[in-house]
Amino acid sequence: MNGSDGGPTLEVAGVTKHFDGVQALDGVSLQLRAGRVHALVGENGAGKSTLVKIMTGVHRPDDGEVRSRGAPVDFGAPRDAQAAGISTIYQELNLVGTMSVARNLFLGREPLTRARLIDPTAMNREARVVLSRYGVDVDVRRPLAGFSTGVQQMVAVARAVSTEAQVVIMDEPTSSLEPREVDRLAEVIELLRADGVAVLYVTHKLDEVFRLCQDVTVLRDGRRVFGSQVADTDRLGLVATMLGRRVEDVRAHGVTSFGDADTPAPADHDRDLVPVLRADDLSRRGVLDGVSVAVHRGEVVGLAGLLGSGRTETARAMFGADPLDGGTVAVDGEPQGRRWSPGRAIARGVGLVSEDRKAEGIVPDLSVRDNIVLAALPRLARAGFVSRSRCDAVVDTFVRRLRIKISGPDQRVRELSGGNQQKVLLARMLCLSPRVLLLDEPTRGIDVGAKAEIQALIDELAGNGLGVVLISSELEELVEGATRVFVLRDGAVVGSLAGDAISEHRIMTTIAAAAREDGEDGDGAAPPAVADPEVAG
Amino acid sequence: MTEPMTGTAAPRDNTAPAGDPPGRLPGASRENAVLRQVRDHGVYVAIGVLLLFNLLFTPNFATVGNLRLQLVQVVPVAIVALGMALVVATEGIDLSVGSVMAITAAIIPLYLGYGPWVAVGVGIAAGVVVGAFNGTMVAVFGIQPIIATLGVLVAGRALALVLADGRLVEIFDPSLQSLGNGTLGGVPVTVLIVAALAAVVGVAVRWSIFGRRLVAVGGNRTAARLAGLPVRRTLLVVYVASGALAALAGVVNTARLGASDPSFVGLLIELSAITAVVVGGTPLSGGRIRVVGTLLGALLMQLIAATVIQHDLPDSVARMIQAAIIVVAVYVQRDRGGA
Amino acid sequence: MTTLSTAGRGRRQVTPEALAAFARRAGAPLVLVLVLVVGTAAFGGSFAGPQNLRNVALDSSYLVLIAIGMTFVIVSGGIDLSVGSVFALSGVLTAYAAQWGSAAAIALPLAVCGVIGLLNGLLIGRARIAPFIVTLATLLFARGLAFAASQEGNKVYLIPHDLVLTDVGQARLLGLSTPVFVAAVAFAVGLVVLNRTRFGQAVYAIGGSPESAELMGLPVARVRVVVYVLSALLAAVAGILVAAQTSSGLPTIGEGRELEAIAAVVIGGTLLSGGIGTLTGTLAGALLLKVIQNLINQVGTLSSYYQQVVSGVFLLLVVLIQTGLSRRSAEGEA
Repeated sequence: MNGSDGGPTLEVAGVTKHFDGVQALDGVSLQLRAGRVHALVGENGAGKSTLVKIMTGVHRPDDGEVRSRGAPVDFGAPRDAQAAGISTIYQELNLVGTMSVARNLFLGREPLTRARLIDPTAMNREARVVLSRYGVDVDVRRPLAGFSTGVQQMVAVARAVSTEAQVVIMDEPTSSLEPREVDRLAEVIELLRADGVAVLYVTHKLDEVFRLCQDVTVLRDGRRVFGSQVADTDRLGLVATMLGRRVEDVRAHGVTSFGDADTPAPADHDRDLVPVLRADDLSRRGVLDGVSVAVHRGEVVGLAGLLGSGRTETARAMFGADPLDGGTVAVDGEPQGRRWSPGRAIARGVGLVSEDRKAEGIVPDLSVRDNIVLAALPRLARAGFVSRSRCDAVVDTFVRRLRIKISGPDQRVRELSGGNQQKVLLARMLCLSPRVLLLDEPTRGIDVGAKAEIQALIDELAGNGLGVVLISSELEELVEGATRVFVLRDGAVVGSLAGDAISEHRIMTTIAAAAREDGEDGDGAAPPAVADPEVAG
Repeated sequence: MTEPMTGTAAPRDNTAPAGDPPGRLPGASRENAVLRQVRDHGVYVAIGVLLLFNLLFTPNFATVGNLRLQLVQVVPVAIVALGMALVVATEGIDLSVGSVMAITAAIIPLYLGYGPWVAVGVGIAAGVVVGAFNGTMVAVFGIQPIIATLGVLVAGRALALVLADGRLVEIFDPSLQSLGNGTLGGVPVTVLIVAALAAVVGVAVRWSIFGRRLVAVGGNRTAARLAGLPVRRTLLVVYVASGALAALAGVVNTARLGASDPSFVGLLIELSAITAVVVGGTPLSGGRIRVVGTLLGALLMQLIAATVIQHDLPDSVARMIQAAIIVVAVYVQRDRGGA
Repeated sequence: MTTLSTAGRGRRQVTPEALAAFARRAGAPLVLVLVLVVGTAAFGGSFAGPQNLRNVALDSSYLVLIAIGMTFVIVSGGIDLSVGSVFALSGVLTAYAAQWGSAAAIALPLAVCGVIGLLNGLLIGRARIAPFIVTLATLLFARGLAFAASQEGNKVYLIPHDLVLTDVGQARLLGLSTPVFVAAVAFAVGLVVLNRTRFGQAVYAIGGSPESAELMGLPVARVRVVVYVLSALLAAVAGILVAAQTSSGLPTIGEGRELEAIAAVVIGGTLLSGGIGTLTGTLAGALLLKVIQNLINQVGTLSSYYQQVVSGVFLLLVVLIQTGLSRRSAEGEA
């Protein structure tokens, strides 16, 4: 099942796309060929997901063309792309949690009886068979939402692959997969290649690029800055291209804008100081299992783990945003009681910037000014009325300090780019002069420039004595920015690394080792599929 | 040298705005601006058109007597709509307002023996209690506003009928008489009440902490909570306000009619109030409130009804026009993801 | 290949999540049985005797028809406030068109109400306006139309006696009236459609996660349109039946029917947020409401207002319990 004339099965040419004044893609071209896996690589905010959404009919390009087997197409909706043989596994796992596993697998293509009615027995049976090929053995009649993210992701993969598509697009498919599940996925991809399917593999994990893909395209700030065969590329060069820096700089200074590449060791005197924020034995049914984390003044503590490991829940619990079944939170050594809440946390100098700025951060229709002062209203008001002049002073200070690009303080915050929105949220917490900040994925989904600024800012703030708890799925941020890292898995702390001991390899091994200890993997598997680069050279 | 760029969990590439419906182009800024103008100011235009029409074609429209009559008739809806606007701004809804009016109307004759102001006080207190009940359901128990207030709508009206034994009671009290029908400096007292209320609400919404909290809670409740805002308290206050204002509308109504009629007072007024709020530019999705717009929306509905009556058009036509106006008003709002 | 078994991993199968699901599915039927038993014990034959039960069945059948449509709508994540007005409009049109024979008497209301449902569906499904507001507007519009068609309520059309419509409409089989059978058939068909057709699965999916449904390639807009047309048609059928039963078309009926239908659906375990619900639950919920009303009548000394008070309180209680349970289970899953 090859492309009829050896031409690309799916292709985009010169595609451009704006959103509310923000340029997401600028003249990007890319070709997918039968039997080849094409890696789409780039930092957050580079435009990868937007490109995928254009290829799959979710968005229409403002300029440029999408061509299926050489002929230009105009996808008005995802159905059109699917009809054209394009199958997608979205990063956000677009499945319906309230419906059963089997129904999700077959939604829209359920097996029918002769009477043209759905045959639930056949459907459940086939679902079990299909999923067993992916090594998933679950009760397919139960609602999908009751299963772990890893299982849900495999169901999404199974669904996409089973549609006999000619193009399969995978957007960050391994974000919550164990090493064995990644191996399984690799086997599936091999099968697809053998069948002549063209695969687009969107990722920012370079190991996977070199392991699974034949072609690679790099996006940066919406533009295609590099495209070649994987065989002709080297890792460091790829990283440098993604960041827009020179190879020597990356080699010398590391990948992020956190201070120096050498991880600073925690200062000795920190041992004697009372932690500015400390969580002891936090428990919540099904979510947290005895998590203990502490952060001192001037320290950057990282929380590492896979998706669903409980990092966000830990931060939220430390901020009082979620109730606890057990455990305590202490500020400057003083335990806070059962009535710990965001309002009280803020009053005690604790701030939180949530990971989902759209759903939990910005109030989209309010102005930049209103968003920044939102948490500080009581301090800026007199007799119940908000003082406009005081607000303006605060807003002005932080807009300048964080270099937030706005047309004016009255601009609606929804019009800002992701990076500037993130800065607004940071400003909201910073204007309270907090003593400790909980940052959940602060650089997710923003452009390279803003990302560097925020990383440098975190460094500066910690240097001035702010305690920081940093959650990031980009390990290099933790490696280069944190003085101590707690590794979480399934709601529990499974390891803690400090100073020079913090490395990506060690973090990943800690996570994997914990899995094996749980006794889940009964086949005496070899060490996790992550090679130690220091050993391999 | 440690190998970079091999992170584990993958971050998202959030370049597209949330809620961007698949397959639809987000409006270019120019189109947004035009629609925004229509939504914000359409009600002025509509009123202008209707006024013009009536001035030209309706006999005796421009007389002081008639204008006063129009204003007086719009008072109950306007008061209820102010409360409704507050609730809608938090992305909620209060369907119980009509029943609260009925409860108040039923209570007044029962306490008239203690003096008119006591009766009024108890009536408004009842509104506060119902509002607190609604607010507790929504804020503390997390029940959806439509269902919570729906239950109260049903139970409340029945309660009012039980209190009044289903009968209409005539009220002869000079104080209430002057409240309902008196004038102050030529302006009807009830109209002054509305004006004062609107001023208070308008100032509160724009300049007080409560006002900032209100729009934040409506704009993004989760974000408001994580910013330390007292979300539950804000919601509670808003529903209490709606209940109290509905009760006040019941008082005004009773005072003006000189009678308490729990079977019919406030019937379907929630529809008129919601229409006034929506048409006036306050979106159902919350996060914004237009006080003046709400008043004008109520006025617009009143003008439509009056025009229809004056020109002997049937009541059914009035309803159909009202329906069409609602649809147009929300259609124009929909660009903003109107709930 | 190594196997991932997640049988024991992650969520356990007991407590809040399962409890909530159980309450949703079995709550209404259980309470219904309970109430029936209590009613029989309290009032004996006057409640449980065939005459009364037939009346309850007849009374319920209109609500059941409307609630079936409402179930589809709510499961798909929407709401339809216009059904009460459509019900009345249908009755008026039936009586009006009866002058041209039974066929016209059935065709006209179905056609007009179908168009109204289409209007709802298009505004909600394609123009993406909030269902609450759209159907609120349609509620006003349909009621207005009903009054306009009956000369502002002054004219009550009467259906002539010799029509097939009234013959069939007022017929009885085993003592049960036609509407009961129609409702039963509608229920059976609805059950099959909702549970065993791709359309039904799409309804669940759209209510459970509209964005996912769209990305999975389901025809979201089209399904939404169909669901509102269905709701309007079922309300129309109910209106035709009531007109046939009473041989007249009153434009004032149906006030509050939409609220009653919503109550029946919610009490039956369907979540207002969509994606979860069953027709069996709705049936139980509808019957429960009517039985309670009937019981209050049995008492005799209580005014009928108490029916409404009880209904309102009951609805609130059910929702409280449902919300409490589902919140606890959601937290457990987080």
